[in-house]
Amino acid sequence: MRTLSLFFILLAVWLLLSGIYTPLIIGFGVLSCLIVVLIARRMDVLDKESFVFNLGPKLLTYWVWLFIEIVKANYDVAKCVFFPRKYLRPSLFSVKATQKDDLGKVIYANSITLTPGTVTVDLHEDTILVHGLTTGAAEGVKSGDMDRRVSDIMGKA
Amino acid sequence: MDLILDIGTWISLLIGSFFLLVTGFGLLRFPDLYTRIHAGGMADTLATAIICFGLALQSGFTLISVKLLFVVIFVFLTSPTATYALAQAAFVAGLKPRLDGFEGPSEKPATNNDDD
Repeated sequence: MRTLSLFFILLAVWLLLSGIYTPLIIGFGVLSCLIVVLIARRMDVLDKESFVFNLGPKLLTYWVWLFIEIVKANYDVAKCVFFPRKYLRPSLFSVKATQKDDLGKVIYANSITLTPGTVTVDLHEDTILVHGLTTGAAEGVKSGDMDRRVSDIMGKA
Repeated sequence: MDLILDIGTWISLLIGSFFLLVTGFGLLRFPDLYTRIHAGGMADTLATAIICFGLALQSGFTLISVKLLFVVIFVFLTSPTATYALAQAAFVAGLKPRLDGFEGPSEKPATNNDDD
C-alpha cells in the first residue's frame, strides 16, 4: 500500500517537474520511479515515520495557521533588529512536548524552529529546549498553543 | 491586467528584498550566535516565500509556478533542520547564550565575536 502510493507520488512529481509529455520521456519517468520504489522496498525505509501523507487534510490547515504565525513572527524579529535595546530579551527555557510518537515531536520542534524568534536547541525524550529572542516569542511557545495543534493532527494518524 | 500583476510582482519583490536586508542587518547587529540564528530565520521563511510568490505572479498558472511552490516547500522543510543542527552543535560544544539583554554595540563583547 505504501509502496504503491510512493510510486504514484513520485510519478506525479515527475510529471509536474518535467513538463514534456512525449511517450519516451514519460516512459523514462515511469521506469525511474519503478527503480526508486524497488530500491526503497529493498532498503526497507518505507516505515510509518517516513510516510507523512496519512496525516490527512488537517496538516494543510496546520500549515496555513503556521504560515500566518511565521508572518507575525517575522514582523516581530524585524522590529527587534531595528530596536534591539527595547525588544531584545534572549531567554533559554524548556517546554514539554505532549506528542506520543517521534514524528509528532519532530514536527513540533521543527515548527518552533521555523517560526523566527524561537529556535529549538535540544530535543531529549519529551523535553524541548528553546531559545527565544523576545519575551513575546517565548510566551508564544510557553502558552502551548502550537503544541496542542500538533497533537491534534497527530491524533488522527 | 498585466499592469496589476506587474505591480504585485514589484511589491512582493520589494518586501522580500526588504526582509533580506533586515536579515543582513540582524546578522551584524545581534550580540551572539543564538540571536543571529533568529535573524537568519527571516531570510529562510518570509523572504523566500514572498519573492517566490512575486515570481509566480509573472508565470501565472503554469508548471513554473508549481516548481516555485516546490522550492518554497523544500526550503520550509529543510531550513529548520539545518538551523537545529547549527544550534545543537553550538550548544553541545558548550557555547553559552548571552541572556543578559543587549547593551548596544558600544559595549564591545570581544570574546563573543570569536565564537562564530
